[in-house]
Amino acid sequence: MKKKILSLMLTAAVCGGLLAGCNSTPSSSAPSGSQAGNDSSAASGGDTIKVGILAPLTGDAAQYGIAASNGAKLYFDQLNAAGGINGKNIEYILLDEKGQAADAVTAYNNLLEQGVTAIVGDVTTAPTVAVAVESASANMPLITGSATAASVTVDPDTNAVRPNVFRSCFIDPFQGEKMASFSKEKLNAKTAAVLFNTNVDYSVGLKDAFIAKAAEIGLEIVATESYSTNDVDFKGQLTNISAKNPDVLFCPDYYQKVALIAPQAKEIGLTATFVGGDGWDGAIEAINDASLIEGAYYCSGFSADDSSEAVQKFLTDYNTAYNTAPNMFSATTYDAAAILADAIKSAESAGLAAGSDEYKAAIISAISATNADYVTGHFTYDQSNNPVKDAVIIKIADGKYTFDCKF
Amino acid sequence: MLFLSQIINGLQLGSIYALVALGYSMVYGIIMLLNFAHGDIIMVGGYVAMLTIAAGVHPILAVILAILACVVLGVMIDKVAYAPLRSSPRISLLITAIGVSFLLENLAQNIWGANARPFPNSSIIKGSAINIGGVHIGNTAIVTIAVSLLSMVVLTFLVQKTKRGKAMRAVSEDMGTAQLMGINVNNTITFTFAVGSALAGIGSILYCCTYPQVSPTMGSMLGLKAFVAAVLGGIGSIPGAMVGGFAIGMAEVLVRAAGLSDWTDGAVFAILIVVLLFRPTGLMGRPMTEKV
Repeated sequence: MKKKILSLMLTAAVCGGLLAGCNSTPSSSAPSGSQAGNDSSAASGGDTIKVGILAPLTGDAAQYGIAASNGAKLYFDQLNAAGGINGKNIEYILLDEKGQAADAVTAYNNLLEQGVTAIVGDVTTAPTVAVAVESASANMPLITGSATAASVTVDPDTNAVRPNVFRSCFIDPFQGEKMASFSKEKLNAKTAAVLFNTNVDYSVGLKDAFIAKAAEIGLEIVATESYSTNDVDFKGQLTNISAKNPDVLFCPDYYQKVALIAPQAKEIGLTATFVGGDGWDGAIEAINDASLIEGAYYCSGFSADDSSEAVQKFLTDYNTAYNTAPNMFSATTYDAAAILADAIKSAESAGLAAGSDEYKAAIISAISATNADYVTGHFTYDQSNNPVKDAVIIKIADGKYTFDCKF
Repeated sequence: MLFLSQIINGLQLGSIYALVALGYSMVYGIIMLLNFAHGDIIMVGGYVAMLTIAAGVHPILAVILAILACVVLGVMIDKVAYAPLRSSPRISLLITAIGVSFLLENLAQNIWGANARPFPNSSIIKGSAINIGGVHIGNTAIVTIAVSLLSMVVLTFLVQKTKRGKAMRAVSEDMGTAQLMGINVNNTITFTFAVGSALAGIGSILYCCTYPQVSPTMGSMLGLKAFVAAVLGGIGSIPGAMVGGFAIGMAEVLVRAAGLSDWTDGAVFAILIVVLLFRPTGLMGRPMTEKV
């Protein structure tokens, strides 16, 4: 109910913002927008730094959008409470894009008109790509906490990196690389097998990255088997894999399939250790007998069981602010806001004027040069504007998801 | 060794197909109806077993309840949907069967939700795997193959050696003449539905124990493949359904084992096309002459 009221309020506020945008004087539209997203902070005077937040607050992806935008809002509120940047508060303008690419572009143009200097968002892949394309001409710094497709930061047609677009989550294939290295280094695996879903891009992407990394680090792939989405019987493939007796079985699919594969693996007597990607989150609930996936490892962007100080502080703060536990989207978007704020600091210290082209360029080069610790790990950026950071390894032990290590 | 293990996998899958194919074949044999709701009866059986076990019922009792639920549902479908159309053209019956199938799937979705839910397989089939000369045979495989074979033996006895079975065979031979000979045709048809649905119930439990997940649409693909098995064996023929079931299961597993998993469903339906082209009566079916 609370969520419903919140989202209604936000929707109403967004509509207000859009209407206000029509009367061509940005100075009058900005306060209404900022009131929309922000109940507490932002001095209404001229000396603020305007930042946009794009997220689906209504529609199918609302669950993700609310969690993600709450993360960003929390960071900016904390920053403002601590005195802001260079004496200026961050004035954030949160707009709902309903999970639609077209609405996201409209919302982006609205933000542009209101004179924001950078944007946190979008949340899901398709709207983020749409905004990434649209924002190129303004060289608007854009950092998403959750859009995982490669095409967000790299134009798939030209293979050119979009210079103004960054993310704080890792891309899908990165998980495959991580798990290959993890299997080799931490599980001391010498041989591995892969069982993947040919119909799901996520699964194929992780498989390719795993195999490529395995070849590089000398982890021998003894079997590669596949299935399609509608399959329920995997014993044929698993029997082939079992005959090669691999140390680990990499199984990059979502939890529903995992819940079918694991019992059949036991049935045919496979003894390899299961290794997976973040699609495994939910496997314990989906399987009747969690002992079948006991000892499996998978990677994730965030774990609430991580005992590090930064994570625990984030959990407490988030709980205090929203009275609910954060998820991975909240954490990575919180980091996106933090990375952006740190980049804004360096633009400020260069004495540039917020909203100017030089200011935006300074933010972009500062994000590329990020080299610091945030809630979900230590961040640096690679050539494709993707973060190079630790993954959280979750181990299924005693029928529970347990934090194993950061890797 | 690897090949033998794959044969076991094929037998396990095939025995489930065979049980389901028997239901198709028996109903077709007696009233010339392709009962497309047969697969969905399996789905209902799975849900009943899952829900009763979740409610704390003893697993053995839950299995019996699930089979009984399938029987009641099968008979009810016949009484409500098919019996009023006994003298209608066969196409009306076929379309009704498809309608019943959709009805069951959507009802299940409405009541239990569209998501797949875990099935408590480990509380039904216990025990450990065995190892014969390096060939690993899982406990579920042993139980599945054994229970299917036993069911088939019982069914064969029922059809060949009992009075009821004799009546079934007579009605399937010629309904009108059987009626003239004093056989209660309606009772016999009901009995056939009951037996077919009971086999579906057994198949349902075995299927869910091997693939421990229940979802509203789980019966549709299983039903279609069992239908292909029934056609391959010769629809209407009981030994044919058994042979067809094992053949389809074996074919599927071998295609997967050969690394062509993307082609599994394609291979199954290719078999259907080939059978229909070259031997429409199936491996064991009798050639049928159109009655005038």
